Amino acid sequence: MEVIKIKGTDDTPNVIFDKENNTLEISGRSLPEDVSMFFDPILIWIDQYCESPNEKTVLNFKLEYFNTASSKVILDILLKFEELVEAGKSVIVKWHYHEDEEDMLEAGEEYADIVEIPFEYVIITD
Amino acid sequence: MNSEMMNNLKENQSFLDFAYQLYKTMKTNEISLVYEGEVTQEITKTFTSLTEKNLAKNAESNMVQRKVFNVMVECLQNISKHADSLSEEDEERRGIVMVSKSDDSYNIITGNIVKNDKIPYLTKSLETVNNLDKDGLSELYKKQIKEGKISDKGGAGLGLIDIAKKTGSKMTYQLKTLSEDRSFFILTSTIQRN
Repeated sequence: MEVIKIKGTDDTPNVIFDKENNTLEISGRSLPEDVSMFFDPILIWIDQYCESPNEKTVLNFKLEYFNTASSKVILDILLKFEELVEAGKSVIVKWHYHEDEEDMLEAGEEYADIVEIPFEYVIITD
Repeated sequence: MNSEMMNNLKENQSFLDFAYQLYKTMKTNEISLVYEGEVTQEITKTFTSLTEKNLAKNAESNMVQRKVFNVMVECLQNISKHADSLSEEDEERRGIVMVSKSDDSYNIITGNIVKNDKIPYLTKSLETVNNLDKDGLSELYKKQIKEGKISDKGGAGLGLIDIAKKTGSKMTYQLKTLSEDRSFFILTSTIQRN
């Protein structure tokens, strides 16, 4: 499968979606004006991935900030992976946050409330 | 000296007075940013990174920095998506933006033109979020993020809820009537520093 590798900017995140190396990661900040333009190719990639997923899928979010439009797209991404869980596949979300950023932890917990995917919370230390 | 020159001098003097008054007011109220003009994504990026640098220089905690950044983005993107212009022919989405600091808080004040027919919905949304506590806001956020769709303007209908969640304080707002069908909407969001 094609690898998505996008370097982050001031208003868009780093994205690595690499099936072969089993790396699915979104990091940095996400506040684009047009969220669809940025995320649509990623959503299409996920649809393709879900047709023949890896044995175990780990989805990493290491976001320092995202705007509300991005938060809606993040839910769309999670809902796609939820279908994998429903199909009996192993999926886990690793939600990374800095210890002093409670808002980011809460954002993860809210997603975990909405979707049926196990969440693991990882404290970023740097 | 002819009268035209006299007038020019007077105008010049009153402008200098104004500039000095503005400077004094900004100093007294620790206003770090004032802007009036079109609000675009470029402006949003510039102002948020400028404010971020200022806050870091003032050694504000990461949490406060993040909240101020967050609220600024939502306020500015609200203007760039929803602001109206003075007339139908004009398509620019303009607004004013101000960031001020006091002993215990940061205020982010934005103002923009809004059509009067949107006001009932706007004020109802503001009253709704202002009347909810933390858990209530979280529930409303989850409901809206599940049910909402990204609009053709790229909004998710979550901006005001998010501001209320992140600030933990009530937003204040004012409306000044400009004409039969338009008003000026001023929104103040407050972030506590401790």
